[in-house]
Amino acid sequence: MTLPQHSPTLLKPVKPVGIVGYGAYVPRYRLPAKEVARVWTGKTSGLPIKEKAVPGLDEDVITMSIEAARNAMLRAQIDPTELRAVWVGSESHPYAVKPTSTLVAEAIGAVPNTQAADWEFACKAGTEALVAAMGLVGSGMGHYAMAIGMDTARGKPGDALEYTAGAGGGAYIVGPAEESLAVINASYSYVTDTPDFWRREYQKYPEHGMRFTGEPAYFKHITEAATHLMEASGTTAKDYKWAIFHQPNTKFPQRVAGQLGFSMEQIEPGLLVPIIGNTYAGAAMIGLTATLDIAQPGDRILVVSFGSGAGSDAFDILVTDKITVRAGLATKTREYIARRSEIDYATYVRFRGKLAMK
Amino acid sequence: MEIPRHWRLKKQRYGLVGEVCPHCDHKIFPPRDVCPNCGDEAKEQYAFSGKGEVYSYTTVYEAPAGYEANAPYTVAIVKLDEGPMLTAQLTDVDNSAVEIGMPVEMVTRKMRNDGDERGLIVYGYKFRPQNFVPTT
Repeated sequence: MTLPQHSPTLLKPVKPVGIVGYGAYVPRYRLPAKEVARVWTGKTSGLPIKEKAVPGLDEDVITMSIEAARNAMLRAQIDPTELRAVWVGSESHPYAVKPTSTLVAEAIGAVPNTQAADWEFACKAGTEALVAAMGLVGSGMGHYAMAIGMDTARGKPGDALEYTAGAGGGAYIVGPAEESLAVINASYSYVTDTPDFWRREYQKYPEHGMRFTGEPAYFKHITEAATHLMEASGTTAKDYKWAIFHQPNTKFPQRVAGQLGFSMEQIEPGLLVPIIGNTYAGAAMIGLTATLDIAQPGDRILVVSFGSGAGSDAFDILVTDKITVRAGLATKTREYIARRSEIDYATYVRFRGKLAMK
Repeated sequence: MEIPRHWRLKKQRYGLVGEVCPHCDHKIFPPRDVCPNCGDEAKEQYAFSGKGEVYSYTTVYEAPAGYEANAPYTVAIVKLDEGPMLTAQLTDVDNSAVEIGMPVEMVTRKMRNDGDERGLIVYGYKFRPQNFVPTT
């Protein structure tokens, strides 16, 4: 297909933009996959991950977003009143109606002169907000914008998703490229109507299309988005030091990395799903925080999210010398992951409100 | 339903925003507009660092209405680094691991529902052990 010349498909802002600050959050509790298997199947091998992060009784997407946002503010070292957007992408917003984002903005001191909105696109709601933040800053409408991807994912008891539905995410402050610890060269989005995973209104747990979640959904959208971004940017897998792909389980990101020519070393720092689970809208976002934590100036990073329904956002990112100081200004992602307290299935059921009390 | 009160107290609850006395520099929490140290007017907002230590504590097994789902939990008197003391729940900590003098830091957490699960979710400050020290 020949694409019209006046409308390039790469999403590239007029003014160069980048990441001024970033922050992660992972709750303290861990549920091993073998503990889910003990209750439901008795299997001891072939499990999709090692363990997943579980939020405590007093945590939700609002509290977790606040902590990630505070970490991003610590690294950015900016005045919160300079933020012109606080956007939170999630599929587990605590309220059906009442924004997560206004409360987060209030808690970090960004109100009242700011945009605030909640974004929804299954697992890519966070990167969706990040692309929008690039647009807001890149057009000159605002100097800084915050985009958060955060989830406390739910899986039906005994379902395949219960092993992996984790909790965590990341927050990013987008600003001018010259102030950035990592410049976002461009992004690209690839979207189709693909029914691989959904949750109807008033339903507590999502449904998924079983094997349909693989080839036509995850693999198709990620490879198309990555390939198009790299072709349009004139890059190949070898030009990137690191890569992050959406991670619903351990196998999928490893396989898609191989298909695109990336090595296991390139995805290792950002592959967190084996130890915190699938953090949905937070997954690609927190994979990038963990990678930035160890990145060096000059490292080029490819990030490709995936959201069911379905679509992928791909980002071409170049780390600057500002990373060396700012990475150490807040708690690192792996430090959160190291803060680990194992729970059994019964405690998990209590924490996640899976017992009907009335 | 206590919506006006939750709304009025949001700054101090979400972000530990108190006051500083312009006359004697005394830090004030909760905000009260009059300095308890020198008695003069003190209306200047001051955001506390959120760092402090456990001054005293007790574990609650029979929780008051609205907090039953979290029991047992530990409540502490926390002495903030800036001086004031306040009462708050501790979180992300095993009740048996709490000690007097333990360094703690503020986090914003879900406190309770206002009424039942149809009501407003009330958020506010709790404290947890200071686990993390930035590497630089």
